[in-house]
Amino acid sequence: MHNSHDVQVPLGPQHPALKEPESFLITLRGEKITAINIKLGYNHRGIEKACEERTYTQDVYLIERICGICSHSHSTCFVQAVEEIASIDIGMRAKYIRTLIAELERVHSHLLWLGVAGHEIGFDTLLMYTWRDREVVMDLLATLTGNRVNYGINTIGGVRRDISKEQGKEILKGVDLLEERTKYYIKIATQETTIIKRLSGVGVLSKEDALRLGAVGPTARASGIKRDVRKDDPYAAYSELDFKVITDDHADVYGRTVVRVLELMESYKMIRQIIKNIPEGPISVKVPRKIPAGEALSRYEAPRGEDVHYVKANGTEKPERVKVRAPTLANIQSVAKMLEDRYLADMPIVIAAIDPCFSCTDRLISLRNYKSKNKKIVTWDKVRLAGINWYSKQGVDFTKLNKKFLIP
Amino acid sequence: MQTEEKIKLELENKFPFLKDAVMIRRQRRLFADVPQDKVYEVFGYLKEQMQFVVLSAITGLDQLQNFAVIYHLSNDSGIVISLKTNISHEDPRIRSVMSFFPNAEMYERELDDLLGIKVEGLPDGRRYPLPDDWPTDEHPLRKDWRPKDA
Repeated sequence: MHNSHDVQVPLGPQHPALKEPESFLITLRGEKITAINIKLGYNHRGIEKACEERTYTQDVYLIERICGICSHSHSTCFVQAVEEIASIDIGMRAKYIRTLIAELERVHSHLLWLGVAGHEIGFDTLLMYTWRDREVVMDLLATLTGNRVNYGINTIGGVRRDISKEQGKEILKGVDLLEERTKYYIKIATQETTIIKRLSGVGVLSKEDALRLGAVGPTARASGIKRDVRKDDPYAAYSELDFKVITDDHADVYGRTVVRVLELMESYKMIRQIIKNIPEGPISVKVPRKIPAGEALSRYEAPRGEDVHYVKANGTEKPERVKVRAPTLANIQSVAKMLEDRYLADMPIVIAAIDPCFSCTDRLISLRNYKSKNKKIVTWDKVRLAGINWYSKQGVDFTKLNKKFLIP
Repeated sequence: MQTEEKIKLELENKFPFLKDAVMIRRQRRLFADVPQDKVYEVFGYLKEQMQFVVLSAITGLDQLQNFAVIYHLSNDSGIVISLKTNISHEDPRIRSVMSFFPNAEMYERELDDLLGIKVEGLPDGRRYPLPDDWPTDEHPLRKDWRPKDA
């Protein structure tokens, strides 16, 4: 219920506390949030439509660019679906290499998250430390694949680069260092009073709510739900690896932090097993350009949770339909729940705690025709005016306030 | 008997019209073609009686002569069943599944925005994923849609 003390505050699409564009219209009573209205779609780029107009091989690179952080997640999820339709067995060595990159990607993503979380609560030392250490894994990814983020290692039918024995040794050295550092972060996360006090009881999502709202990934696991696609629906080489699914019962931002730091340790364990057990064999098989008609659903445990791709083939060299459901879209309703009746000041860390990725979520239109003659240059004043008009259409009008206090 | 086969059998026993309509594509992957007037009932049965408690995604397809909607439901054993239903191209409508899964909201808004499939029972709210000023009669994922000159 609205009453006269309620104030509506827009947060975003552009806001210093947000790392990507999304818009929240928050209703506040005092410092407490009473209602929240989320608008997404600012990163919608028409990738699903674009995939239908390109060949499968081109799509691998396009899909990899859905997201910078979990690029390998999306490309693996997609190629798995295509390989299933074409009934191709890529061989174990390729599967091991995919899994290796997947776990290195999880390490870089979780370390990045830990830094962002530190930053959101004003603990910038943690940001500096974790991002420095993250460079170790970034360097490893760069040596293995040639790139820091969009690795380009996947192809339909396997992977594009093999790993050598020397590279294996380098990876083990890097993992030893990171494990040492992660033990220190576990100590900080579980013993440092400031962190525990700041994160406990913030952004609470009960197990019942998490189940009802379909939360995924570390967000669900921190509410005590033991769901992990790597375990439940094993793909790539996960069925041959020994690892634990980390869960926690705190059901708040603190729990999500614990889950992620402990998951790092599981990733190191898996990386060591991969280097030790990787079988010999070819890294890719030849796949015809035309994929036979069929459909497949592929799942993948991305660092943020379950990633789902549905691919439908029609017998040509271009897919009929590619559908992507990224983990953040599954978690967005949980965020609204976590923020209900909580303080405005907790908002940045609560949003950050699901490790949102709106590029992933919105993926999907080339709105601009580059050959168009109707190009125009928009002046700064017009952009500002457009912004003011946009907000007043949303019901947020500052004209009166501006007149009263600021602008003569 | 394999779990997948048990699921197939239970569905066929409960819903005679599903005879020969449930396909096991591989381990942990089932697909089923369901008539449009029965899909809500089958969907509810899978969630309430057969423990398919996660709605992983909803896919919309433009198949030229008709549209199709696929509900991807999964359970805690990693099994995913995809319920596919064909709907008419002239007046595409389906019933919302939000009463089973509140998180279906975004997936259903997407069907409306990108394919123009009307979802009955979807509460009023902001559109997703297209911008607020995008024309309401243009649906980019339809096969006949082309970008216009800006």
